[in-house]
Amino acid sequence: MFEYAPAPESVRPPIREHYGLFIDGQFRDAADGAVFKSVNPSTEEALFTVAEAGEADVAAAVAAARRAQETVWGPMSGTERGKYLFRIARLLQERAREFAVAESMDNGKPIKETRDFDVPTAAQHFFYHAGWADKLAYAGLGSDPKPLGVIGQVIPWNFPLLMLAWKIAPALACGNTVVLKPAETTPLTALMFAELCQEADLPPGVVNILPGAGATGAALVDSAVDKVAFTGSTAVGRAIAKSIAGTKKRLTLELGGKAANIVFDDAPIDQAVEGIVNGIFFNQGHVCCAGSRLLVQESVAAEVLERLKARVETLRVGDPLDKNTDIGAINSAEQLGRIRDLTETGTGEGAEVWQPACDLPERGFWFRPTVFTGVQQSMRIAKEEIFGPVLSVLTFRTPDEAIAKANNTPYGLSAGVWTEKGSKILWAAERLRAGVVWANTFNQFDAASPFGGLKESGYGREGGRQGLEAYLDV
Amino acid sequence: MSKKATAGRLRVKKTYKLYVGGKFPRSESGRSYPVSSPDGTELANAALASRKDGRDAVAAARKAQRPWAGQTAYLRGQILYRAAEMLEGRAGQFAEELADATGAEAGAALGTVEAAIDRLVHYAGWTDKYTSVLGGANPVAGPYFNHTTPEPLGVIAVIAPQDDPFLGLIEAVAPAIATGNTVVVLASESKPLPALSFGEVLATSDLPGGVVNVLSGRAAEVAPHLAAHADVNGIDLSGVADAALASDLEAAAAETLKVVRRPGRSGSSLDLLRQWTEYKTVWHPAGMAATAGGGY
Repeated sequence: MFEYAPAPESVRPPIREHYGLFIDGQFRDAADGAVFKSVNPSTEEALFTVAEAGEADVAAAVAAARRAQETVWGPMSGTERGKYLFRIARLLQERAREFAVAESMDNGKPIKETRDFDVPTAAQHFFYHAGWADKLAYAGLGSDPKPLGVIGQVIPWNFPLLMLAWKIAPALACGNTVVLKPAETTPLTALMFAELCQEADLPPGVVNILPGAGATGAALVDSAVDKVAFTGSTAVGRAIAKSIAGTKKRLTLELGGKAANIVFDDAPIDQAVEGIVNGIFFNQGHVCCAGSRLLVQESVAAEVLERLKARVETLRVGDPLDKNTDIGAINSAEQLGRIRDLTETGTGEGAEVWQPACDLPERGFWFRPTVFTGVQQSMRIAKEEIFGPVLSVLTFRTPDEAIAKANNTPYGLSAGVWTEKGSKILWAAERLRAGVVWANTFNQFDAASPFGGLKESGYGREGGRQGLEAYLDV
Repeated sequence: MSKKATAGRLRVKKTYKLYVGGKFPRSESGRSYPVSSPDGTELANAALASRKDGRDAVAAARKAQRPWAGQTAYLRGQILYRAAEMLEGRAGQFAEELADATGAEAGAALGTVEAAIDRLVHYAGWTDKYTSVLGGANPVAGPYFNHTTPEPLGVIAVIAPQDDPFLGLIEAVAPAIATGNTVVVLASESKPLPALSFGEVLATSDLPGGVVNVLSGRAAEVAPHLAAHADVNGIDLSGVADAALASDLEAAAAETLKVVRRPGRSGSSLDLLRQWTEYKTVWHPAGMAATAGGGY
């Protein structure tokens, strides 16, 4: 075993003691003076305080966004809009290290993920969509697509900056302006992004950032926006869909999942094991498309499980800012409680639990990587999204049974297929009811590749040509 | 009805029934309701569909969906074209039924039926093209082949337009089935007869039973159950005239996160094809030394 090496990223980035709301190009405090703290989940220490937006702030932000859309951003040529987005992409790349460390501290995720995935992919989303801004008529959605207007966006805490990029980049490219609410526990990189918008000389009001909790999100959904884009839990997505019923507001939803990761007996086992680990333990399992249900063919189940456990034994859990860390901190005490509750039901319902013998830091929110075997489809750990590093293992005998079990969920976000046989991949991919299917890989994302779900995982896509549909009136 | 009849011969009148699962049942409730022309002339009794009829229709549509989507696009196109052929041969009958239902002039009614035939031909030609138009390969920044294809949502409930009882219904149903969805359509409440006869056209077009199911009845009674039904994936509220009912139906549909088409939405045929499809994206490693597993 190697010793831990210090990460060069261990220098603290410039985090302010207090952040305001970002409305019309300026930071300001909430109209009612409300403030909340953001906590580093790996130490439980407060990182900074931030203003909490109320209804009056939402109204002010939406008004600023409306004015900016009608007078500046909407009339601006696509080429010029695109240049602003290219500029933002470049600034994000320049300040990538700073954003990566800040994200790790505010969210708890390992620095190697923020450094190699979250921040570079966020920059890619701006770069990709920048190029669309003057080519929207070629997107195949009609010869004269128009922006929708002002977009209200609510994002989750699992990929704070990346989800912001997924939401803001296409909206702006299409000529809309935005009011975005970052998650309550992870507002930091959104506020740093607001500073970056100032640095990019983005016209005031084009991007507005309103930190807050559920009440702020609800106020934003109910405000005078033209469209709501939400990523988060199915329960909240359902509530949003109900609340906009009977209005003219449009809606796209990227919600929960309970993805099946199917390993056939002719799979490349070592690669599959890597993919299983990546599928469920990437980002502490705080991933809506996580491969949380492993479906492994009976004839190879014992071998796969043995190698999987040996591999999981080597995962390092601990300090997110250590570049060797594989699994960081759980984002919040609340989420940790949810994971504990659900895993307890797993044991209670008769599944067999296994965890590696790794030490956990004394302070902070931690959960060991967990593998449940002997899982039945009726168990809560097989049905409900745990949103943590917890894998439920089920077995199957025939390909048809694998597909039936994979599709036996109200969700339909993602799925994985492992087999060396190309025709079997295509056969399975066609039958899986999921918006994204990874074959012999898992958890791959790209700005050029549309992402989103079916059924109770929501509707609409983010990324790619298809993702533009969510922000255009065609 | 303004039918010419041989003097002294008693005309055989049609019983208008539902079209569910490829069969023509009466409502399981045994109910019917009188249907009249705008001028008050009684035309026929139509089956008054119940909640149970709605559920039976959804079950039939669900059963038919996977096989229908699994047919080749070419075959789906030929079947839609066949429906156009069948309708062309009975254009006179449909023009008469439509004129009776809406009070339109005979010539205008025939024009509407001809327009409906042409829409079926139009969508017949879409079945093997929309996938390439809407989908494609995506140039991702890594050693992967990545492609996106539109796939049918599943079972679509359609509350058909009230005042455009034939062309409006076909304009709603054709794009949904062209892409491999199956449909439960509630015909115009006061003008259901052309839609019910359209079931006969479909039944003779090699369209598998259950792909299109036609109900007649009250939107206020049946639509809430379709909107709340967990096995329905999308709902078209085009024909819901009452704004409060439309809002309630949309809220009910939100419970299972159905895709909703609101009243008053218009769009090109490609928009309508997109409405009832969702994209699936498949990633596959390209290259022998694939870093397939990821970053661990």
